[in-house]
Amino acid sequence: MSNRPLVMAAHDLGALFGVLADDGYEVLGPTVHDGAIVIEAITQPSQLPRGWGDAQEPGSYRLVERGDGAYFGFAAPAGTWKRHLFEPRAVLWRSRRDGDGVVFEPGEHVRRRRAFLGIRGCDLAAIAVQDRVFCGSPAKSGSGSPRRSADPVYGAKREGILFIGINCSDPASTCFCTSMGTGPAIGERADLSLTELDPALPDQHRFLVHATTDRGRAIAARMNLAVATDRDLASATAVRDGAIASMGRSMDTEDLPARLREAAEDPRWDDVARRCLSCGNCTMACPTCFCADVSDQPDVAAGVDERVREWASCFQLDHSYLHGGSVRVSTKARYRQWMTHKLSTWWDQFGVSGCVGCGRCITFCPVGIDITEEVRAIRASKSVPLEEGTAETGEKGHSR
Amino acid sequence: MRPVLYTVTSAKREMASTMTITLEPPRQVGIGQTGAAEPGAAQVGIAQTGVAQPGAAEPGAAQGLVPIAPGQFNMLWSWGVGEAPISASQSGLDGALVHTVRDVGGVTKALCAKQPGDVVGVRGPFGRGWDIDTARGQDLIVVGGGIGLAPLRPVVHTILASRSDFGRVALVVGARSAAELLFRSELDCWWRDRAITVRTIVDRPSRDWHGSIGIVTNELPRLEIDPGRTVVMVCGPEVMMRFVALNLIERGVAPEAIQVSLERNMQCAVGQCGHCQLAGYFLCRDGPVLTWEVARPLLEVREL
Ligand SMILES: Cc1cc2nc3c(=O)[nH]c(=O)nc-3n(C[C@H](O)[C@H](O)[C@H](O)COP(=O)(O)OP(=O)(O)OC[C@H]3O[C@@H](n4cnc5c(N)ncnc54)[C@H](O)[C@@H]3O)c2cc1C
Ligand code: SF4
Ligand code: SF4
Ligand code: FES
Repeated sequence: MSNRPLVMAAHDLGALFGVLADDGYEVLGPTVHDGAIVIEAITQPSQLPRGWGDAQEPGSYRLVERGDGAYFGFAAPAGTWKRHLFEPRAVLWRSRRDGDGVVFEPGEHVRRRRAFLGIRGCDLAAIAVQDRVFCGSPAKSGSGSPRRSADPVYGAKREGILFIGINCSDPASTCFCTSMGTGPAIGERADLSLTELDPALPDQHRFLVHATTDRGRAIAARMNLAVATDRDLASATAVRDGAIASMGRSMDTEDLPARLREAAEDPRWDDVARRCLSCGNCTMACPTCFCADVSDQPDVAAGVDERVREWASCFQLDHSYLHGGSVRVSTKARYRQWMTHKLSTWWDQFGVSGCVGCGRCITFCPVGIDITEEVRAIRASKSVPLEEGTAETGEKGHSR
Repeated sequence: MRPVLYTVTSAKREMASTMTITLEPPRQVGIGQTGAAEPGAAQVGIAQTGVAQPGAAEPGAAQGLVPIAPGQFNMLWSWGVGEAPISASQSGLDGALVHTVRDVGGVTKALCAKQPGDVVGVRGPFGRGWDIDTARGQDLIVVGGGIGLAPLRPVVHTILASRSDFGRVALVVGARSAAELLFRSELDCWWRDRAITVRTIVDRPSRDWHGSIGIVTNELPRLEIDPGRTVVMVCGPEVMMRFVALNLIERGVAPEAIQVSLERNMQCAVGQCGHCQLAGYFLCRDGPVLTWEVARPLLEVREL
């Protein structure tokens, strides 16, 4: 079968759900819930946010009626795919008292065939970022750094997902995926990628369908789709160019990891600390943040102890808790940890940026702190790199 | 990753709030399994269809862990309470583990209460320990403050086991009071043997204390050093490590020849929970031992 893009009428989305159901896939996709677009299990096209767009601004998110029939005419959903892979709460394993001993039972390792329908470039990139955290890797050769270990709980959720991506058509004012190289086009990063065409014209409303893996091609083949015409291809290109042109924000990433490394004592951190509430919303909304508390949650009477992993945030005071006091006490230190991790130290740890430019942290910050603006401010700041020895006298770090 | 169940075979009180426990692996010791790496673990990429088998090679309950090296740590688990990172206070044993724990809170209290026959879960070994090999053929200064002597004891054992591999070796131990000097009888033995120089110094001397008084940095000027061939290993409170490092750098020791063991909150020990981050380092994996050359610029930034 040739790899030429195909075209699918919008009313055939139902047939796509049918094929996925026949193959035993549970479909996760965007849906409207409580005035926001979230990612949930869905079984039919009517559950998609049809006709809804979103207006995202620093500190504000609301749905707006588009006035057309678009299924995917919005930007990064309020909800994340992350919560279906790296779940807000997961039992890693369970142990049961058994006489003098202890027996182990696995945590929730339910394996299901899942299709992620309507995932965008930024969110595909975010999953690739979290894969680096949780899927392990061999030691980087030459670096002397040990191999990373794999988390079986994430692995069980992550395994075998079918990705049906959507090339973004309507970026929000908060989006900057173009700067981060993660979108709006998804290229070959999904099994099937869709571009929604002419949603305002009911008789022309269709999807350009690009199958890039064997699984994707097999599904497309069962839908008897027509080969795309030059007009279809031109429309898809126009959608992509329109999305790039309407990208709401940008970030200059040139040499950014080094700039932030040198900016640890920049006065801008004091400025942002006066606005930041340390609420941690940005980290909860972010599709790449992976911090978690790992603790025992025993039911001693029942003789059961669960090892539980729950989302945590570097904005929490006890995130850096040590016997005797936390390391990062001030909001300044916590905000600096967050932003420096996203844009600088993540590179040291995982060889990629920890920010994919989805804009969620901007939208869901109650006071509208904007990571792109903070980067601009740090870049503009005249702060000089810390000189050797300047910080030697006072009490540095936590005093223990 | 699940803990492997070890059995406490001895529990020795070191001082009021500190215990040394010896742990034996499950009877049927298999080929070592490292907790930090799970062979055969999945590497899953986007749109990749291959069947991965994450966690297929979890350490079985009937296997011991791979030997722990000086400066590395294990996560010790008390059922129904939780886990804490605890360094090896002895290494090179055939399967057994020795840990010295100071009771400062929930988990460490539970660990200190363990009796022979009790079970302790162990995950590990984790992290990068002391680089002892760089000290071979060199002089070595080992500085421990308080419980910080525990991860350094295996260094001393290693030196004594092949004493001629090292030049002059000095051990400087600080504590608040003589009663809080860890491994005191062993220190006395080493002091009497004179294979290495042993100096102890306490902050608050009791009437019968005849040694030095003050903090460990006061003791350093009394050591004769040849800075060009001196390696230093320090563990203790962060302020103490900083003063020791600065003091020795002033005397010409190179920052990269000074190794410090850092403490941060650690919950997963495998680079996935984020708690132990120090700039680009996961101290559970890239540490806890760092050279002063690496640690200094990071520790100089307040609240990094
Ligand atoms: C690499 C390393 C090696 C260590 N080696 C030793 C040793 O050999 N002997 C020894 O006595 N102590 C050692 N410690 C310190 C020991 O891990 C802490 O004292 C212990 O974790 C405190 O836990 P707790 O529940 O008893 O105390 P609490 O003060 O009750 O702690 C409350 C909670 O704070 C958190 N917490 C506090 N300190 C830490 C910490 N360091 N890491 C993770 N969470 C923490 C935990 O979530 C804990 O449940 C080491 C620490 C590190 C990082
Ligand atoms: S340290 Fe903060 S910014 Fe980094 S992953 Fe954790 S929560 Fe996110
Ligand atoms: S830091 Fe903000 S913009 Fe970047 S990936 Fe996270 S939520 Fe999206
Ligand atoms: S202890 Fe979890 S990342 Fe280091």
